Amino acid sequence: MNIDGVNNGIVLDHIRAGTGIVIYNYLSLEKQDCCVALIQNVKSGKYGKKDIIKIDSDIEPDLDMLGYLDPNITVNYIRDGKLLKKSHLELPKELHNILKCKNPRCITATEPEAEQIFVLTDRKNRIYRCAYCEEQ
Amino acid sequence: MRHLLKTTDLSVDELDTLLRLASDIKKDPSAYYGLCDRKKLATLFFEPSTRTRLSFEAAMLDLGGKVIGFSSADCSSASKGESVSDTVITVGCYADIIAMRHPKEGAPKIASMSSRVPIINAGDGGHDHPTQTLTDIFTIIEEKGSPDGLTVGLCGDLQFGRTVHSLIGALARCKGVKFVLISPKELRAPTYITEEILAKNGLEYSESRSLEDAISSLDVLYMTRVQRERFFNEDEYLRLKDSYVLTPEILSLAKSDLAVLHPLPRVNEISRSVDSDKRACYFRQVENGKFVRMALILMLLGLKEGL
Repeated sequence: MNIDGVNNGIVLDHIRAGTGIVIYNYLSLEKQDCCVALIQNVKSGKYGKKDIIKIDSDIEPDLDMLGYLDPNITVNYIRDGKLLKKSHLELPKELHNILKCKNPRCITATEPEAEQIFVLTDRKNRIYRCAYCEEQ
Repeated sequence: MRHLLKTTDLSVDELDTLLRLASDIKKDPSAYYGLCDRKKLATLFFEPSTRTRLSFEAAMLDLGGKVIGFSSADCSSASKGESVSDTVITVGCYADIIAMRHPKEGAPKIASMSSRVPIINAGDGGHDHPTQTLTDIFTIIEEKGSPDGLTVGLCGDLQFGRTVHSLIGALARCKGVKFVLISPKELRAPTYITEEILAKNGLEYSESRSLEDAISSLDVLYMTRVQRERFFNEDEYLRLKDSYVLTPEILSLAKSDLAVLHPLPRVNEISRSVDSDKRACYFRQVENGKFVRMALILMLLGLKEGL
């Protein structure tokens, strides 16, 4: 299968197979006024198979959110058809206004203007806890 | 500026310094009178309290400072819908330090993010109660010499009991403490205690449903109340509230030097006839709370070094 390369934009590589559509939806790529390719089940030496998203536009995705969705993603920034920069994502130490605390006893339940902050407490098991009440 | 939102906000060295200061104050309280002259403590209690509020107030008065505040949310603008942030910004205009109790978990954390004076968490829902834990550790050291190597039983409501969560977190930093978690299965300690604090740090612990079975192995027994205010379902509370009652008969199975602690208030979980037993430490524990809070106020205000 041949898909054109990106001229000016980004390529999200090494997406866990099956997660590409989640990221496509999160970034609302169907609303982009540019060429977007979601390629699924690409053979990968490292993971067996992977998804790739190519976006032919200079968008600035929220890397914390992408890292939370899939910390294995590599973000390739392309300019004039050449690789300008490569970023390896990881689970962010803090998430701001991405998750919402579900604990009804948490102060954020009654102070809705409070920033929702979650802190990574266990990287291996991907556990985040509310910065206020420490619930998972 | 430092706050005390949870016990682990203090390093082990800071904790040692604070407890040493509390011990010095207890030996000679008059030497510390006047250190907080012209300072004001605000006690913001959005939830009822006897010991914690009065011990904070007594601590500040014994340091020569003054106290302002309220003892229920109904007596504050919280009843008009004022946010915690706005409340502490306002109170920070009048007071030098704030002790706050709030039924919502994490309220002191939100307060600390906008406050211009130190915030002390005086209990936030089922989350934490660090000054009680400092008092508990101070009492354990007084009664047993050191927490190191002790077998500590925690009995009752281990799910919602904030003092239990704080105490486990603090004792987990001591050497060789073994934990026995005694509770009905509905009120077991949350997984973040058993998995992320105990198991992850390789600490020895066991769970039991029976106080009678567990008590003979314990050096310290920390009894807790099943808290009506933490239940959404009254029937569930009524079913569980008398799960454990420490009586002289059960206490007779324990070691002769067991230390029985309780954060109080108690309802039925310790029989009144246990009070006269020398192993009952809970009223000495209450008294210690004032000295620990005096030390904390002095250190957070920068009047004594260590933070």
